[in-house]
Amino acid sequence: MYHYNDFDEAFVRERVTQFRAQVERRIDGSLTEDEFKPLRLMNGLYLQLHAYMLRVAIPYGTLNSAQMRQLAMIAERWDKGYGHFTTRQNIQFNWPRLRDVPDMLDALADVGMHAIQTSGNTIRNVTADHFAGAAADEIADPRPVAELLRQWSTDHPQFQFLPRKFKIAVSGSRHDRAVTRAHDIGLEIVEKDGEIGYRVIVGGGLGRTPMIGKVLRDFLPQADLLPYTEAVVSVWNLLGRRDNKYKSRIKITVHEHGIEEISRLVEEEFQQIRPGFAGFDRGLLSHIEHFFAAPAFSEKSAAPYDEAYQTDPVFRSWADTNLTEHRHPNHAIVTVSLKKHGATPGDASAEQMRVLADLAEHYGHDELRISHEQNVILPHVHKGDLPAIHDALKASDLATANIGLVSDIIACPGMDYCALATARSIPIAQQIATRFDELKLEHDIGALKIKISGCINACGHHHVGHIGILGLDRAGLENYQVTLGGDHTETAAIGERAGPGFSADEIIPAIERLVMGYLDLREGRDETFLEAYRRLGPAPFKALLYPEAKANAA
Amino acid sequence: MPRPFTPKVVTANRLLEGDAVWRTVTGDWSPRLSDAELIEDARTAELRLLEAAAEAHLVVGAYLADATKAETGPKPTHFREAFRTRGPSNYAHGKQADIQEKT
Repeated sequence: MYHYNDFDEAFVRERVTQFRAQVERRIDGSLTEDEFKPLRLMNGLYLQLHAYMLRVAIPYGTLNSAQMRQLAMIAERWDKGYGHFTTRQNIQFNWPRLRDVPDMLDALADVGMHAIQTSGNTIRNVTADHFAGAAADEIADPRPVAELLRQWSTDHPQFQFLPRKFKIAVSGSRHDRAVTRAHDIGLEIVEKDGEIGYRVIVGGGLGRTPMIGKVLRDFLPQADLLPYTEAVVSVWNLLGRRDNKYKSRIKITVHEHGIEEISRLVEEEFQQIRPGFAGFDRGLLSHIEHFFAAPAFSEKSAAPYDEAYQTDPVFRSWADTNLTEHRHPNHAIVTVSLKKHGATPGDASAEQMRVLADLAEHYGHDELRISHEQNVILPHVHKGDLPAIHDALKASDLATANIGLVSDIIACPGMDYCALATARSIPIAQQIATRFDELKLEHDIGALKIKISGCINACGHHHVGHIGILGLDRAGLENYQVTLGGDHTETAAIGERAGPGFSADEIIPAIERLVMGYLDLREGRDETFLEAYRRLGPAPFKALLYPEAKANAA
Repeated sequence: MPRPFTPKVVTANRLLEGDAVWRTVTGDWSPRLSDAELIEDARTAELRLLEAAAEAHLVVGAYLADATKAETGPKPTHFREAFRTRGPSNYAHGKQADIQEKT
């Protein structure tokens, strides 16, 4: 993985020094809150309902063991002993004190991490497929591109005061695990006639006005990546609406001007700026690529795996749900669930972080990933080591076998923490997971994505959940709206609103009726919830959610 | 027609710790909503908010929140303000662990 050079190191340290002085000036009264707020946001520091919150970037979701241990140390020393992994591959600390934040940032810089541009109207943390470099279906590792974009976008003078935030995701596989179609720019690595290039998708996004991105260029040659991306952001920077924050994202710009007009403007800008990119960017990309070379995969025997799989039903259940095919046949990708039934989705204690760091160091080529689905991944594990890993995970409450199932729920922090939220999301996720665990049916139910947001901004990706739940404030009460049929993958779709919302007491039984009803509607165990929905349309699913309406109509 | 005035408290977050605080009759900041001054008219509310804004060295983002009178002092009327008096529901962190609210 990428290691900071002297330039990166000096830049990040200087930012910490600057921020330390800014904090001091805020405390001694030389800076007003209005002056300080944009400065703290540039460094990832929010003020939430109960405390400050520091959002730390985990670029393209990749961590090594030393970094994970440092996150554990920070959680214990300056927070309440845990961290929250987010839907954009960041980690959030929920309880820092203002005076401690510069020290926390210094501790991050010690391991080549920062919180720069995790907030504000800038290009945010670049996300990528969490199985990058390991997936069997991969065309090329998306992380070098993501790292190049991180370096290019960090402190880019032209892009520090954009109309609004700007999010980029990169995928290198046929299966889209990076939600590229719900990003301002989604880059898909594609292959044409043996040549690697990018499909550039623009104008996707969730939030108030959810939209699936549109293809701006079907095949962008590798060499044109940075100038073309810069052209896209530049065109939007001038055209994007600054008069209305709800219309400022590039999805609205694309919608208002049309993809053809945007394409014309981007090509024009691209032709103009391209000569300025004289090849340094390409040289840098190939330099970065060296950092992401595949590890030396062991050829030892996988017999311990086969034996455990045959003899240990708990291991088998975990292996069946939490492992993904690796590009090397003797290896597997391990997804460690941070969704123990009843726990907070995405939270890990400092102790759990250390266990994960140890496992990565001993068995996983020192690599960890954070997924946008708020789980932790050991991307390169030899199958023979899986029984030992499973034992260690069990001992730390990390062996829940539920990846991709009904209890593997994405949930934003909601009104338990977030100042923007209109309702809570964490307790809804906890209760749904606990209920389906009691029913002992989740393996029978199969692949199902429930995604919960506590406000219209949709950090919980509810629009692209097979079942989406949106928490709102309706006349002073928490109210939950259900959307159906969303999809976050290469066949992306925005879910449709099912009907009136449910109270906090009604939502869990409603989801139970919906999922249990699906079991009767499906054509067999192989037909997933989403497939059944696509085959039957919304009507039978709405009837499950609103049995009274059906009775009244009859 | 302007909406009829409903009783308010002045609330904010502390600059250094970031936790929720409420303004008392004596102009101090308390971690308990029940200690707050319950303001019954719009002009006083406006004045108190201006006074709070002058205390930017202590608090951030002061605003008026609806509250209602109870024997033990003001109580929240909206769930968001109720959460601010307690802390998150997933862990016993924040005020529910750190301070004792009057019952």
